[in-house]
Amino acid sequence: MKQLVKLLKSAPPTAIFGLLVIVVYVFVAFFAPVLTPYGESEIVGSEFEPWGEGFVLGTDNLGRDMLTRLIYGARNTIGIAFATTCLAFLIGGFFGLLATTLGGWVDQVLARVVDVLMAIPTLIFALLILTIVGTSIPVLIVVIAVLDSTRVFRLARAVSMNVVVLDFVEAARLRGERIWWIIGREVLPNSMPPLVAEFGLRFCFVFLFISALSFLGLGLQPPTADWGSMVRDNATLITYGDITPLLPAGAIALLTVGVNFVVDWFLHKTSGLRDEH
Amino acid sequence: MSTDGGKHEMGEVLLEMRGLRIEGQSDEQWHEIVNGIDLTLRRGEVLGLIGESGAGKSTIGIASMGFARPGCRISGGTIVFDGIDMTAASEETKREIRGSRIAYVAQSAAASFNPAHKLIDQYSETPVQHGILKAAEAEQDAKDLYRRLQLPDPDNIGYRYPHQVSGGQLQRAMTAMAMACKPDLIVFDEPTTALDVTTQIEVLAAIKDVVRQSNTAAIYITHDLAVVAQMADRIMVLRYGDLIEEGDAREMLANPKEDYTRQLVAVRTYKKEDAAAAASERPLLDVQDVSAAYGNTLLVLQDIDLQVERGRTVAIVGESGSGKSTLARAITGLLPPLKGKVLFDGEELPASYKARSRDQLRHLQMIYQMPDTALNPRQKVRDVIGRPLSFYLGMDSQAREKRILELLDMIELPADFADRYPGELSGGQKQRICIARALAANPEVIICDEVTSALDQLVAEEILKLLQRLQDDLGVTYLFITHDLATVKAISDEIVVMLQGRIVEQGEKHEILTPPHHEYTELLLSSVPEMDPDWLDGVLEKRKAAQ
Repeated sequence: MKQLVKLLKSAPPTAIFGLLVIVVYVFVAFFAPVLTPYGESEIVGSEFEPWGEGFVLGTDNLGRDMLTRLIYGARNTIGIAFATTCLAFLIGGFFGLLATTLGGWVDQVLARVVDVLMAIPTLIFALLILTIVGTSIPVLIVVIAVLDSTRVFRLARAVSMNVVVLDFVEAARLRGERIWWIIGREVLPNSMPPLVAEFGLRFCFVFLFISALSFLGLGLQPPTADWGSMVRDNATLITYGDITPLLPAGAIALLTVGVNFVVDWFLHKTSGLRDEH
Repeated sequence: MSTDGGKHEMGEVLLEMRGLRIEGQSDEQWHEIVNGIDLTLRRGEVLGLIGESGAGKSTIGIASMGFARPGCRISGGTIVFDGIDMTAASEETKREIRGSRIAYVAQSAAASFNPAHKLIDQYSETPVQHGILKAAEAEQDAKDLYRRLQLPDPDNIGYRYPHQVSGGQLQRAMTAMAMACKPDLIVFDEPTTALDVTTQIEVLAAIKDVVRQSNTAAIYITHDLAVVAQMADRIMVLRYGDLIEEGDAREMLANPKEDYTRQLVAVRTYKKEDAAAAASERPLLDVQDVSAAYGNTLLVLQDIDLQVERGRTVAIVGESGSGKSTLARAITGLLPPLKGKVLFDGEELPASYKARSRDQLRHLQMIYQMPDTALNPRQKVRDVIGRPLSFYLGMDSQAREKRILELLDMIELPADFADRYPGELSGGQKQRICIARALAANPEVIICDEVTSALDQLVAEEILKLLQRLQDDLGVTYLFITHDLATVKAISDEIVVMLQGRIVEQGEKHEILTPPHHEYTELLLSSVPEMDPDWLDGVLEKRKAAQ
């Protein structure tokens, strides 16, 4: 606990800001039902009501409360993005470490498969699969996670490649350790810092990707609140000089900036870089 | 060429440091790493700075250019170079002086050259930049210096890229580069440490010759007293940023005043008693006719036959590239041999370690050269030593804890080290932990791959003594791979000399070390520096006479 306080004190203002943003978002996402005046898909007024009494941020194209939708949107978008990123790291990290630790043809096959996957533009590939399989939340998570795991694979492979050649890994091999032990105890702990940093960045990308898919109508399906589709549904308001549709977009941007600040700080700390004047 | 090795003219004071203090930053705090050093260097004088790692010798060498490494700062004292106060001088002035009047030769020439440019272009860059020479003149000078440094084909070698010449040649090209502007002072920072002994002697001779001829002042930094004895007129012994002793080189070697200096002079005199081989029916480890290659093409081991008797130490000696480490990889099964077999206690071992049983693996343990990379930085000492105990011997946590403490005691470390991470240990302590990890498996044979070459001399000697004591107590057998003949003398019973993947000579220690030697063994033996200032000149003269 003491260490944590000390660590926070030494953090630069940008990182503190980023941490604050993340904490607020997580808090809002967790307590969405308590914080919101209305239900997620409850129609409470007429369409496109302006800001004011009753509806702090007005209502959307179907007459649902904007603030409520925004808060539930945090819950859905962040939750799904988080689950997707975790899955992407499980898949990509596992195969990446497996490829370097086993080496030889396993490495070659996995790396080439990933090359093929990466050669296809992600958005088009996702659109294709989602149109075929249909858009439910589990499908969405799996599709994005698999597509994103290729990037994680590359990173995990590159990082662990420098670890598996070290003598302590060779010592473990010579001891007769099983592959899982070598990956879990010797290689993974020493490949962690770049992977954790990448987790933050990847989270942002996934989250933007989900919003993009939703905006295109293939992400989260109505009536689930989601920032991407909220921008799309209310986009017409922009023409009337109302900034309400920009609020979900702003929420996306703010979280992205916040996460990046924290990742920057973390990378800086773990890579041992020092500020030189 | 002058080989008189005697005194030469020394002029006025060139460099003077008074009460030099340098601080380094770690954990956001400043610690003093050089505590008030006085240093005087006259024109044409060679000053040796000697000490173990962390003594501050490199830091002082760099400070002579008015420079401190990133994370360090000069916090006090004065540095006056030829009347210019380097601590107060502007960046511009210092930049003028560096390169043209003070030059620096780093330990790793390979890392100091730009791999994308030819040697001679890199040579010309500094003098042309400083406006001292025109490009064509600089090239002519370079060829001249290459000749004086005895580089092969001096007229054309400069047109090669750094990767096209050998390590020793590169180090000499680096020295040539340092001399390009005819500087008043050259700082040599361990220029021969990374080289083989037979290469080291060539580089030493070349450097010595050129420095003497051009009457350049030099600061020669090294951890090896025997090397500095060949080069320096005067020696400063440093430890933990303090001056221990300073004096004339000959005087100091003959008559060291401080305890620490005496230890340094006496280092490498430790020698194991000759012990006759116990008669046994079969060798413990029997390597029969082994050849190995990387990628099935380039043979790095050819027809190796080698027997190791139980409880003895066999040293495998050779220069880098001789295949001695590859032999270790072939025996352990990391690199399955192309032909031949390895027998352990009469039983043939599968070629690949993957096919060996847990017990077969347990009997053969390894200790590595770099203790830094041989220990997982994320595991505590307890986990490092404890893993073989539970993995091979199936100990429960209680038995394991007891055994860990026993092992720590064996390697002469206190019990509370079990809770430390490798990052909190010194190099020598880490190597001890590696020894404990090997011992934890109750092995029959321990393969030691250059286990002392990354350590300071005094620490290395302690490690050798520890290994010897463990052998006396436990009867473990060592296969000792090294390039250092002093280590061989210290620890071996038998010696195997390797050259280009073949064994050139093998036998009992006293047989190998007493003349007549094989030609290559002779070269190796005569190249090991001795604590005698006249050693280098003597050897060179002898070799010349023999030709």
